[in-house]
Amino acid sequence: MKVAVCVKQIPDPADPGEIDPNTKTLKRDTKLILDESDSYGVEMALQLVGDDGEVVLVSMVPNNERNGLNNALAMGAHSALLVSDDALSGSDALGTAKVLAAAIKRVGADLVLAATESSDGYTGTVPEQVAELLGLPSVTFAKEVSVDGGNVAVKRQTEDGYDEVTCPLPALVSVTAGVVEPRYPSFKGIMAAKSKPVEELGLADLGIDAASVGWAGGGQEIVSIEPAPAREAGEIIEDEGDGHERIVAFLQELKVI
Amino acid sequence: MGTIWVHAETNNGTVSTITLELLAKARELGDVVAVHAGGDAEQVAAELGEHGAGKVLSTGDLDGGLPGPALGSALADLAASEAPQAILFGTTYGGRDVAGRLSAKLDAPVITNIVDIVDSDGLVGIEPVFGGTTNVNTKFTGSKPGIFLVRPKSFNAEPTGGSPAEVGALTVPELGATGSAKVVSQFVEESDGPKLDEAGVVVSGGRGLGEADKYHMIEDLAKKLGGAAGASRAIVDAGWVPYSYQVGQTGKVVKPDVYIAAGISGATQHMVGMKGSKTIIAINKDPEAPIFSIADLGIIGDVHKVLPALIAALGE
Ligand SMILES: Cc1cc2nc3c(=O)[nH]c(=O)nc-3n(C[C@H](O)[C@H](O)[C@H](O)COP(=O)(O)OP(=O)(O)OC[C@H]3O[C@@H](n4cnc5c(N)ncnc54)[C@H](O)[C@@H]3O)c2cc1C
Ligand SMILES: Nc1ncnc2c1ncn2[C@@H]1O[C@H](COP(=O)(O)O)[C@@H](O)[C@H]1O
Repeated sequence: MKVAVCVKQIPDPADPGEIDPNTKTLKRDTKLILDESDSYGVEMALQLVGDDGEVVLVSMVPNNERNGLNNALAMGAHSALLVSDDALSGSDALGTAKVLAAAIKRVGADLVLAATESSDGYTGTVPEQVAELLGLPSVTFAKEVSVDGGNVAVKRQTEDGYDEVTCPLPALVSVTAGVVEPRYPSFKGIMAAKSKPVEELGLADLGIDAASVGWAGGGQEIVSIEPAPAREAGEIIEDEGDGHERIVAFLQELKVI
Repeated sequence: MGTIWVHAETNNGTVSTITLELLAKARELGDVVAVHAGGDAEQVAAELGEHGAGKVLSTGDLDGGLPGPALGSALADLAASEAPQAILFGTTYGGRDVAGRLSAKLDAPVITNIVDIVDSDGLVGIEPVFGGTTNVNTKFTGSKPGIFLVRPKSFNAEPTGGSPAEVGALTVPELGATGSAKVVSQFVEESDGPKLDEAGVVVSGGRGLGEADKYHMIEDLAKKLGGAAGASRAIVDAGWVPYSYQVGQTGKVVKPDVYIAAGISGATQHMVGMKGSKTIIAINKDPEAPIFSIADLGIIGDVHKVLPALIAALGE
């Protein structure tokens, strides 16, 4: 079985960066890392293919950055497709999905995995858009995934529990954090990652019209960026054995008790 | 004013709260048509009408199929002839799927994580970023319907006393492979007490509790206050409590009258899920914890001292 995993490389969330007021895009000066959300997809794929399958990573990123990709290769993925192109700057979720779908088509996977949402964009729409563009069925919000013959079985998170869903392959599944416990790359894995095949592609290689992606293809514009109304600062006190009394008094004031 | 379509989600014959919230906004913006997949639209027409929908268009039962491809395709077809101004979805499991499928079908973008929509020479979606300190205001260009994904609790649901919505059919085209995922069974995880996203009081615990065994303090306090117990993702990932307890960006959005955060640092992703609470009480031993920046009452202290004393003080 061949599984393609969408992996996004993002600025470290611990260092959130800022929006460049001129280009209205997120400034990305720091080294990109593997989005933690996608480490679950990588682990899931590795477990599903076992010893005789193949895990191919697909990532769209500026400037052929591959630091995050290396991490996923070190975990054990076999190869990667990396898409970069200046014309992709400003791409929204749909633009991203067009690129990922074209790359996945080239790979030809039985199963496509993505995270339910990325840590920096968190639109949560890319996987479903990719599925539609590829004409695939999909199951989002998976908290458990297994493959049996030509079908994938998924426990799908719902508002008040979960649904059991089955779906014939090929299909796309988006996984939640916690679907499996991602492994740490071993030293051997880190060394091996260096010689794994990474194909670098541009839009032309994928046959995508530059006008359909990036700012040009976006179909939306940011009209303004403003500070949000801040909450008024409250009262902060040190507990000297009376902290609970202050809370009780406050709750009484609010007529909660 | 144009026509606004609202994705109507239902559960066992009642309309979900997020749908009623969307209707409250939609009726300010234009004529409202509810679009609905699965189940019996007749059953919910009265409630939808009461909240401002003139019409409800429904696919009827999907026979185990997921709403994304079915409703997405049906709406894409209908949008071509009806040209609604905007289509509003809640950020829910189903809402995201339908919006994503529809977007790809129409080759039109989705504006996501919206907390408000204003009409200013076209509809503008307002998205909070950086933990809610900054708003990004985005507008659609071009002539396609504007697809918005709106966060729960962004608007107040309020009935207007309208008459039942007129019921019409929504035709699902042949889906081929995209429609082949099927729900084979459904499981409901029961919890007692009020629901997390509906409770008037929410008490949440985080990693500062130290160990799973201490989470009972959160439950005890919630019970005493007639509220619901919640959690940060740190302790959900650690397996102390189920995912359904999680408050935040990838969990539930809550807006209770009182939110009590105990041993929670106040990461951006947690705050976006509870920042809208009317009042916030935080207990944390670190005076620099970001949660204090949004707390109405902050207690710098040890949860292992403050919580037991508080529970005892509240008596029986
Ligand atoms: C894509 C993405 C999505 C996310 N979604 C969510 C989400 O939906 N919800 C969410 O909550 N998080 C989410 N997170 C995680 C988030 O970034 C934080 O890691 C998480 O909220 C931290 O949880 P915490 O506050 O319990 O733990 P910590 O950040 O470790 O904080 C523990 C706090 O407890 C205090 N403390 C320690 N001991 C005591 C004591 N004895 N008494 C009092 N205080 C004490 C410490 O001072 C500290 O402030 C997400 C992260 C990502 C990347
Ligand atoms: N640029 C990208 N490269 C690879 N995968 C991506 C990219 N953007 C989004 N994805 C995938 O889609 C998921 C959801 O992203 P989003 O819709 O931005 O929340 C991510 O977790 C990834 O699995």
